[in-house]
Amino acid sequence: MLILIIIILGVSFILYTLLGGADFGAGIVETFAGKREERTISKAMAPVWEANHVWLILAVVILFTGFPSVYASLSWVLHIPLMMVLLGIIMRGTAFTFRHYDVHQGRSHQYYSFLFRVSSFITPVFLGMILGAMILGRISLDRSEGFYNLFIAPWLNWFCFTMGVFTSCLFAYLASVFLVGETNIERERMKYAKFSKLSMIFTMILGLLVFIMAEAGGHSLTRTFLHTTPSIIMLVIAALLCPLIWHFLNKEKNKTIYLRVGTGIQVSAILMGWFYIQFPVLIEVKNAGELTFYNTQAPAATLEQLLIALVIGLLLVIPGFVFLFRVFKIKTK
Amino acid sequence: MTMPVLMAFSEWRWLKTGKQVYLDITKAWSKGVAIFFAVGAVSGTVLSFELGLLWPEFMKHAGAIIGMPFSWEGTAFFIEAIALGVFLYGWNRLNKWVHWLSGVLVSISGILSGIFVVSANAWMNSPAGFDWINGKAANIDPVKAMFNDAWLSQAIHMVLAAFVSTAFAVAGVHAFLLLKNRNRLFHQQAVRAALIFGSVAALLQPISGDFSAKDVAKRQPAKLAALEALYKTSKPADLVIGGLPNDSEQRVNYAIHIPKGLSFLAKGDLNAEVQGLDKIPKEDWPPVMITHISFQLMVMIGFFLAFVSLLYMVFTIKWRHVLMKKWWLTVIAFTTPLGFIAVEAGWTVTETGRQPWIIYGIMRTKDAVSSMPGLRYSFFVVTIVYLLLSLIIIWLMRRQINTIDEFYPTAKTV
Repeated sequence: MLILIIIILGVSFILYTLLGGADFGAGIVETFAGKREERTISKAMAPVWEANHVWLILAVVILFTGFPSVYASLSWVLHIPLMMVLLGIIMRGTAFTFRHYDVHQGRSHQYYSFLFRVSSFITPVFLGMILGAMILGRISLDRSEGFYNLFIAPWLNWFCFTMGVFTSCLFAYLASVFLVGETNIERERMKYAKFSKLSMIFTMILGLLVFIMAEAGGHSLTRTFLHTTPSIIMLVIAALLCPLIWHFLNKEKNKTIYLRVGTGIQVSAILMGWFYIQFPVLIEVKNAGELTFYNTQAPAATLEQLLIALVIGLLLVIPGFVFLFRVFKIKTK
Repeated sequence: MTMPVLMAFSEWRWLKTGKQVYLDITKAWSKGVAIFFAVGAVSGTVLSFELGLLWPEFMKHAGAIIGMPFSWEGTAFFIEAIALGVFLYGWNRLNKWVHWLSGVLVSISGILSGIFVVSANAWMNSPAGFDWINGKAANIDPVKAMFNDAWLSQAIHMVLAAFVSTAFAVAGVHAFLLLKNRNRLFHQQAVRAALIFGSVAALLQPISGDFSAKDVAKRQPAKLAALEALYKTSKPADLVIGGLPNDSEQRVNYAIHIPKGLSFLAKGDLNAEVQGLDKIPKEDWPPVMITHISFQLMVMIGFFLAFVSLLYMVFTIKWRHVLMKKWWLTVIAFTTPLGFIAVEAGWTVTETGRQPWIIYGIMRTKDAVSSMPGLRYSFFVVTIVYLLLSLIIIWLMRRQINTIDEFYPTAKTV
């Protein structure tokens, strides 16, 4: 039962990274693009962005129902970066919708766009920092420590910052690849292809930096990764897909589906490789035992009800999702 | 949860009659809904985090107990978001009835997700489904927790409240526009559609309120005593209307008293004893002033809207011409904000009325709040952000409303 819940949590994490990530990334790409791209992006995002972000809510709900003390500790210690994420989410969602629905075109649109783009970049940085803080092991639950050690030091450091920028870059990459298939205009397509390649290179460099920073910060992430066969295999899969994706990006004809599936596999592979070495630890705690799935799980009765809700929920939600995405492939009558 | 119902209703009228005006109304409303839903969706995300950011101690214990309604709520919300995407962007892509069904689905999942959240709140008022042993929850039964004693009365009350407040707000805005030019079919039909739902809900609400009050009397005597400002246990107890409670003198100044009223309303018996605040240790008193005044405000508005609804029904059946009279439209326009004020007042009653407890009788609010120093700053920031958002939304809605004429031919004079 516990394992099934963990798998669903992992899947929603991956789906949020892919769908929510592409959504955040679209805002980053827009910053470097023109008016026409802005229209394409708005059109592609508008029907699906809200649903894409519900994966995050799902993950949070699983966390606080199934592993309440993990949720409670995280939201206590990481109050500040979580608050930043929330502010980012509020700004982004509202600015995007206001831009889409405000009937007047004018100066207000520039403000909306500005807020939308800035928060599209900053929110993933903080998301990445939070994730970094969870694994770095500087989180302390000892109340006698000072404010700085408790609430700042765990997340404000070079490793977490690199994780943050890496996350933003990864999201931009996902969005660029996704957008390649969202336009019929060749020139625009080429632009997205160029963005895809650039962000792919940047993501790889930053990924490397994350490993280096982990090493520099005294974390064993790199060594464990390199000593775990399944994780290496995943990393190799992700790396081998790079030239393939590059190849399809260069093709004149649309190979959207290969591109999307390819990047999807790439990102999922990296995440799964990481899950593998991370499991079952959720938070590394300084000078104390780590918080794992096992030592924080809710009582069996709760897990059982949670699982029922999740399974029924997903059986309803997934066909809905597929339908939603397909509806927008239908040409308007 | 109300707007999707109104939209689906209007679209259904269009599908049945083929009249352009219903389609125009549906589309005009759907733009407003998209804006509200976006703010709602991001707020849903915010809410799921804020529970922990503000109340980590509460969530540590309560998460496993009330996570279940939240996971169902998540599912319902997910479906709502998907169906709304289909509804808003599926015009001309789908069979008309399939499109309409997506609107119905938005309505159903919206109502369900509201009910689930309220059920989690009801649990705080009426904790169930666990044993509290040495400061820890044991023998957790999430199903019992979800279907606690208060969930039904609170859920009904809130769903009705959502219908009353939103429907009257919608009717009010369109009535206001009708006052400017009474010959516009678009606004006439919009007022009608909204009031059909609003009036039925407003007439049912006092009944549900009575049901809730009896429930509170049974389970949370301190809350009842505070909202009625009943300082001394009385047999029979008077119903106190209005007035300013004074804690130190233990009396309510400037109030109207209805003899035996409270005994009857709370217990269904004119001579029943009603427990007052004197039976409750002072440290367990909720803030009487806020609770009492909010309660009075909510009840007053509730009865006023029920009265307006009754008039509406009478006029619709007997004197249709009154419905287009200037004074009547003014009354409807005046009701625009009332329902929302009543909803906020009602939440104030139920939340302050439960103080000093966060989980009634189990955990105190001060023990649940985050111990992070400087928590107030995040409170200020969120408050300011939401105040700003409210202002922007009001401004945006005004812009939307002012341009209705340009977009929809039926909104012009006929």
